[in-house]
Amino acid sequence: MENEAGALSRVAGLFSARGYNIESLSVAPTEDPTLSRMTLVTSGSDEVIEQVTKQLNKLIEVVKVIDLSDGNHIERELMLVKVKAVGADRDEIKRLADIFRGCIIDVTDKSYTIEVTGTSSKLDAFLEAIDNSAVLETVRTGASGIGRGDWVLKV
Amino acid sequence: MNEELTGAEITIRCLQAEGVDCIFGYPGGAVLFIYDELFKQDKVRHILVRHEQAAVHAADGYARSSNKVGVALVTSGPGVTNAVTGIATAYMDSIPMVVISGQVPTNAIGLDAFQEVDTVGITRPCVKHNFLVNDISELAITIKKAFYIAATGRPGPVLVDIPKDVTQQKMSFTYPEKVSMRSYNPVIRGNLKQVKKAVELILSAQRPVVYTGGGIILSDAAKQLTELVKMLDFPCTNTLMGLGGFPATDRQFIGMLGMHGTYEANMAMQYCDVLIAIGARFDDRVIGNPKHFYNENRKIIHIDIDPSSISKRVKVDIPIVGNVPDVLKELIKLLKSTKEDPDQTALAEWWKQIDLWRERDCLKFDRQSEIIKPQMVVEKLYEITKGDAFVTSDVGQHQMWAAQFYKFDKPRRWINSGGLGTMGFGMPAAMGVQLANPKGKVACITGEASIQMCIQELSTCKQYKLPLKIVNLNNRYMGMVRQWQEFFHGNRYAESYMDALPDFIKLAESYGHVGMRIERPEDVEGALQEAFKLKDQLVFLDFITDQAENVFPMVPGGKGLSEMILV
Ligand SMILES: Cc1cc2nc3c(=O)[nH]c(=O)nc-3n(C[C@H](O)[C@H](O)[C@H](O)COP(=O)(O)OP(=O)(O)OC[C@H]3O[C@@H](n4cnc5c(N)ncnc54)[C@H](O)[C@@H]3O)c2cc1C
Ligand SMILES: Cc1ncc(C[n+]2csc(CCOP(=O)(O)OP(=O)(O)O)c2C)c(N)n1
Ligand SMILES: [Mg+2]
Repeated sequence: MENEAGALSRVAGLFSARGYNIESLSVAPTEDPTLSRMTLVTSGSDEVIEQVTKQLNKLIEVVKVIDLSDGNHIERELMLVKVKAVGADRDEIKRLADIFRGCIIDVTDKSYTIEVTGTSSKLDAFLEAIDNSAVLETVRTGASGIGRGDWVLKV
Repeated sequence: MNEELTGAEITIRCLQAEGVDCIFGYPGGAVLFIYDELFKQDKVRHILVRHEQAAVHAADGYARSSNKVGVALVTSGPGVTNAVTGIATAYMDSIPMVVISGQVPTNAIGLDAFQEVDTVGITRPCVKHNFLVNDISELAITIKKAFYIAATGRPGPVLVDIPKDVTQQKMSFTYPEKVSMRSYNPVIRGNLKQVKKAVELILSAQRPVVYTGGGIILSDAAKQLTELVKMLDFPCTNTLMGLGGFPATDRQFIGMLGMHGTYEANMAMQYCDVLIAIGARFDDRVIGNPKHFYNENRKIIHIDIDPSSISKRVKVDIPIVGNVPDVLKELIKLLKSTKEDPDQTALAEWWKQIDLWRERDCLKFDRQSEIIKPQMVVEKLYEITKGDAFVTSDVGQHQMWAAQFYKFDKPRRWINSGGLGTMGFGMPAAMGVQLANPKGKVACITGEASIQMCIQELSTCKQYKLPLKIVNLNNRYMGMVRQWQEFFHGNRYAESYMDALPDFIKLAESYGHVGMRIERPEDVEGALQEAFKLKDQLVFLDFITDQAENVFPMVPGGKGLSEMILV
């Protein structure tokens, strides 16, 4: 979509006005600074998704809408988790982070901050794997998606 | 080097360049510089309304009756909030309009400044698009885009919010000749493959119906529609917004369909095997209960310029996205080039069935009544104006009677608020119609409740000598509300009686107009005749009508199209 003030609120407003749900939304300018790319995760019946697509296309600032789930695509989300890490737990948490290919990016004597990337379900799985009471804070970006292979989204 | 102009001058120059001859507005602090420039020129005429809602309705009526873009000008804060009802009304009926609003200076935005509201935020859900002009360098191109977006594709209102300091700054001015936007390219021609499929389906039809709506009027496609329907000899029904798209006096016209549509139109819609929907959006007031609609099998062709209108409430078989006149031309060409015809025996059978439904005479009313029947007033109005008036209406029973009993043979003659159903629309819209059609006869069919929602505009009519004929079907009730209470709420008429009504005659006179009260059926015709003889005067005709009359047929909420309540 056009990288203009207000474009994001039009999308968000459309979803709330028409009762569609937004599971996550992530947006930033692209290599062409006049354009932003948004990845929006929603769910609904085929009819609802068809309407969502058409309604998004109708927004003047939206240049192109594609449903990534129509084809092969890659999806990644970034999560930062701050966990309680004392005593023996420290090793255990480190191991778990390794299994999920997470990195510990900040350390204190009581906590770790772990960065994990992956599909949203992988991040969910990581949170499930960690002892719930150890989690102090989480922040997630929402998914970003891109098509697989040589296929390129062009405007 | 071009001369340097202020933002206010640029605004007016842009309007001139767009060929705008008339705008409707109300001044205030944030737009004073724009008003100052209006004052200094005489190409763009400004009509001073008495309430911003009326400015927008008038611009709307102007647009509906002329196919030009309507323009309204309002100040920031309360000026804008007053305008919102008008903007939403235009949005729901897809009316091309540009609203220019003043805004507090850019350096005051966000500081809860005097008369500041988030105009772009407030209007976002009820405009096709809106802009906040942050810098004078964007002003001309933004206004250009606004007119382009408003008038193309599925039309709609576009708002341009201009901060006061932008109207003061100076810049050299050239009006862009063209505008192109990578993110906005409305489709014109339909996909030929789809049109071919449509032709095949049309040729296979046994019980066809052509169902058309506002899209025919908005795209000026009445001619092509009439040609298509005539060449196929198919029955044609119009939505409330589509009336006049096909001549109502033609044998093939089976009336309006929907909640208060005719028996024959609703039955034909329910039992057809091929439905050709053109510029109509399967509104809930048209289809009734969609589940019930699905009880019968039919194939549907749907032509619409807005993909999101297609398969929104009713799944269709052959969608064609495109501009109605272009698609119809293609369709007619293809039909002419095929040697085949639809099955004529089946079609004759179908017409026989439709004529049987017609015999039900679903619009009958008591013509011997001692009290004035509202339907009769509309019929007389039709006769006296020879079907050639511009008729606006408000919202309620009177609106439905106007739609049922005034036979519109031409497009852009019937002007009403269908999608939002805005009481107060009728008179200001009629002002816009009269200004766009100075020689036209303009009648506003209204009710005693609706007319009071913008009654202040009698003053505007006086100032600009607008000789409207206000046909007030005065039943002393919010009749449409009363009807629902009678049918569905056990006759409990909660707050629907219009107590303490003004003396409309004296009221009209106090504004310098003519007022007439008509209480007996035998006086209806004479009064209307007299009113239309007073060519230069607004006449307020207060018809005291039957309080208990109801609108029939009626498809109750949640019921199917064929489950009408009939007289
Ligand atoms: C009290 C009350 C009672 C009502 N009862 C009824 C009733 O009994 N029957 C009834 O029909 N309505 C009734 N209505 C009106 C109803 O609410 C809707 O406004 C109306 O039915 C919609 O009409 P439409 O389908 O023609 O759509 P419109 O709102 O006129 O929409 C036009 C359609 O045409 C498309 N279009 C626009 N331009 C083009 C183009 N250039 N090319 C192709 N397509 C184009 C648009 O995308 C849109 O889909 C009632 C309203 C009120 C207030
Ligand atoms: C602004 C607004 N408020 C409320 C309504 C709900 N409403 C629809 S019809 C109606 C009554 C209209 O009464 P009147 O103008 O006397 O017309 P009648 O039905 O009696 O012909 C009302 C209150 C509306 N459509 N618009
Ligand atoms: Mg009334």
